[in-house]
Amino acid sequence: MKDNRIINAFAELKSAGKKTLLPFFTAGYPDVETTGGILHDIEKRGVKICELGIPFSDPIADGPTIQASYSAALDAGVTLQKLFDMVRSYRAEGGQLGLLMMVSYSIVFRYGAEKFCIAAADAGVDGLIVPDLPMGEAEAFAPLAEASGLCNVMLIAPTTPEDRKVEIAKQSTGFVYYISVSGITGERTKLPPETVAAVAELKTHTDTPVCVGFGISNPETVVEVCKAADGAIVGSAFIHRINDAVAANAPREEIVANVGQLVSELIAPLA
Amino acid sequence: MSNEISDKGYFGIFGGQFVPETLMSALQQLDREFTAAWNDPEFHAEFERCLREIAGRPSELYFCKRLTEECGGAKIYLKREDMNHTGAHKINNTLGQALLTKRMGKTRVIAETGAGQHGVATATAAAVFGLECEVFMGTEDIRRQALNVFRMKLLGAKVVPVESGQRTLKDATNEAMRNWMSTSENTHYILGSVCGPHPFPLMVREFQTCIGIEARQQMLDVAGKLPNVVVACVGGGSNAAGIFAPMIDDKDVQMVGVEAGGRSMNLGDHAAPLTVGSHGVLHGSLSYVLQDGDGQTAEVHSVSAGLDYPGVGPEHAMWKETNRVRYTSCSDEEAMDALIKLSRTEGIIPALESSHAVSEALKIAPTLPKDQIVLINLSGRGDKDCNEIQEILARRK
Repeated sequence: MKDNRIINAFAELKSAGKKTLLPFFTAGYPDVETTGGILHDIEKRGVKICELGIPFSDPIADGPTIQASYSAALDAGVTLQKLFDMVRSYRAEGGQLGLLMMVSYSIVFRYGAEKFCIAAADAGVDGLIVPDLPMGEAEAFAPLAEASGLCNVMLIAPTTPEDRKVEIAKQSTGFVYYISVSGITGERTKLPPETVAAVAELKTHTDTPVCVGFGISNPETVVEVCKAADGAIVGSAFIHRINDAVAANAPREEIVANVGQLVSELIAPLA
Repeated sequence: MSNEISDKGYFGIFGGQFVPETLMSALQQLDREFTAAWNDPEFHAEFERCLREIAGRPSELYFCKRLTEECGGAKIYLKREDMNHTGAHKINNTLGQALLTKRMGKTRVIAETGAGQHGVATATAAAVFGLECEVFMGTEDIRRQALNVFRMKLLGAKVVPVESGQRTLKDATNEAMRNWMSTSENTHYILGSVCGPHPFPLMVREFQTCIGIEARQQMLDVAGKLPNVVVACVGGGSNAAGIFAPMIDDKDVQMVGVEAGGRSMNLGDHAAPLTVGSHGVLHGSLSYVLQDGDGQTAEVHSVSAGLDYPGVGPEHAMWKETNRVRYTSCSDEEAMDALIKLSRTEGIIPALESSHAVSEALKIAPTLPKDQIVLINLSGRGDKDCNEIQEILARRK
């Protein structure tokens, strides 16, 4: 895959000997304009790759924080078309982040898998994470993503057997998403102690970058996972930051700034 | 055989394992363990003992003399799953899965429940086998089914209220799956219907086929022939799969699955994915679902909490597309009318869920000659619904 922003970003990071922060935001929460504003802001703060969670009515891998933000976005009228349009505008305004959509296969299937990949790529998306399309079901989908120039990022869990981990890493493109804990998304103060060793072990089997997500919320855990991983994925902590600002009736600029401040704090140790 | 399943867990194009990677090892373990158990005569002997001694099987086949006379057509028979211990067919499946839990060396079970029947059946099986038990239940269903909530607690289970979404069965299922992701090492998820990722649709069907195996033999013993039509209600579809599957190769037996038509056939007013839904993925399998154009799960409604679900088991989707089973729906009102009719002609108060099957049978029977037979799977009894029924009847006045 040539000229994919995610692959290019990891190549640059690797040659600079650096690790990165991958923030996750619920697309369209609290509204589409705020998400667009956040993308531009975090890009200036040194973020290279960002995940956009596509709101879904039944996200079984997500904890209460992300689930509530999905419901709020849907209640406010967010649709897939509005989110594709937001990405298109971001690109038109010169945005260069590597953008991933984390999207349930329920949504992809309904849209039509091939059509979805084409539409996402056309809007300016660089990769997809389909968390409910595990190895065994993803085989027909991966070529469709590739044909549209999209990375198909696959997940590995602590419960995944060793040989399956290696096979998933082989099939995953862009990077491998290593889930740090068996369970749902959400902030935790500490990582399981075996995570770093498990990621280091996985990296002996693959050249594909490995990023760690679920339960990372502070600079210490970011540094900890990046001892072995190529990137740290943080989600719920940002949603909490947005929730607080929304609850205080903060204007859009302030929400963007609050989120940006947390991004800066988390990315600082990786600079 | 027409109810064969592919190695990857597909019924035709339906089924699969659309779940987070975190659940894959638990599903693979379950698949291995279930296959081994189902091929083990000792497991079968133990399961059959449980069905006999705990569930009270075999359940009776009952001829509805007065109802048949009133309808003036085909003979109407009931497969009395309402006579089982805990009041519905659900106990068949929970005993099987609880036995499997013990075999896997797990000590805790979780379950989702809508009407509370599956929750009660799970709590019962957990008590029998000394397993820790948590049941996830939407707060709307907790309100509608207070008696079953109390029964579960009395049986030693913890009832976990679910506040997300529409606060019904779908949301309880989400929470159970979430819980299982972090607990699968010591916990088995006793899914209550032929839904969810492989191997659940296959396994739950197998544990429920005792209904159809018995009914088939009972019909031959009593009437000397198989029924012309078998009718069952379909929410997730476990009682229907249980009675249909053993007769699926009896080509002359027509089968009808009855979904919840609710208030109207407008999206949001019913729970009839096979009747008016489309192909989609929900709770780990590809089947028929009710969703909007963006793939967001639609709101559903049914007077019966047990049918109030936007999805359906993948094997039913296959049976629909191969035209082996005809799927239709009946409204809240029609189900209530059927409930009253069966109560007054036969002295049997059916569950609101099962009343949907009764309603359809009452439509079919008068159109058939008197020497034909309509068999209804009376999947549960109506005791749990009495509060709800009282409220509805009060509103009708």
